[in-house]
Amino acid sequence: MRATLQTKVRLFARLAELTGTRETAVEFAEGLTAGQAFALLAGRYPHLNDYEGSVMFAVNAEYVPPEYILQQDDELALIPPVSGGAGAL
Amino acid sequence: MLFELTANPLDATRLVEHVRRDEAGAVALFHGVVRNENMGRRVLYLEYDAYPEMATKVMRRIAEEVAAKFPVTEIAIQHRTGRLEIGETSLLVAVSAPHRKEAFAACHALVDRFKEVVPIWKKEIWEGGEEWIEGETVESRD
Repeated sequence: MRATLQTKVRLFARLAELTGTRETAVEFAEGLTAGQAFALLAGRYPHLNDYEGSVMFAVNAEYVPPEYILQQDDELALIPPVSGGAGAL
Repeated sequence: MLFELTANPLDATRLVEHVRRDEAGAVALFHGVVRNENMGRRVLYLEYDAYPEMATKVMRRIAEEVAAKFPVTEIAIQHRTGRLEIGETSLLVAVSAPHRKEAFAACHALVDRFKEVVPIWKKEIWEGGEEWIEGETVESRD
């Protein structure tokens, strides 16, 4: 039997509003990627599907590609397109 | 170098003092200011959300990138979070360099890069509605 691992997931801005949470968790079997974790979360929170293709991923506060393989105790963050500063981009 | 997120009003004087050096003949300072209008809507105020631990890390990374490209002396960046009223400053970028050309160029590059990659988001609140503003997705993170 494959071990079950867990990662904390953080959500911000519109993603936090759409899901009603700023923090959740995903349980997974070894080998799950950040992109696959997003698909699991989108199953739980269907609004997240709108962000497929535009969301970026961070693990432990660093950007990672969707292919990143999650480890036990990682902190995964879903990063919608950013808009810091003032005025138009 | 100084990288901060704060819920308090930003202090430009402190930032300039932080980057000022005897060998730097120029300090460029950028203020990002909350505007009262966007896409034809009268904006009442803005709210900023952030991933704080990551935002300061990414600020440091873009500062290192820019310092590798331009001969700058010092860099300091501050961004505010929470509710900001019209006319308040959301972003300060201060750069010192031996000469003005490098100070302006590095400050410009830092602001552009900031808006692409630092995990901060703004929500516009206008009469009768609100919306999270989402920038362009950046394909390359390098």
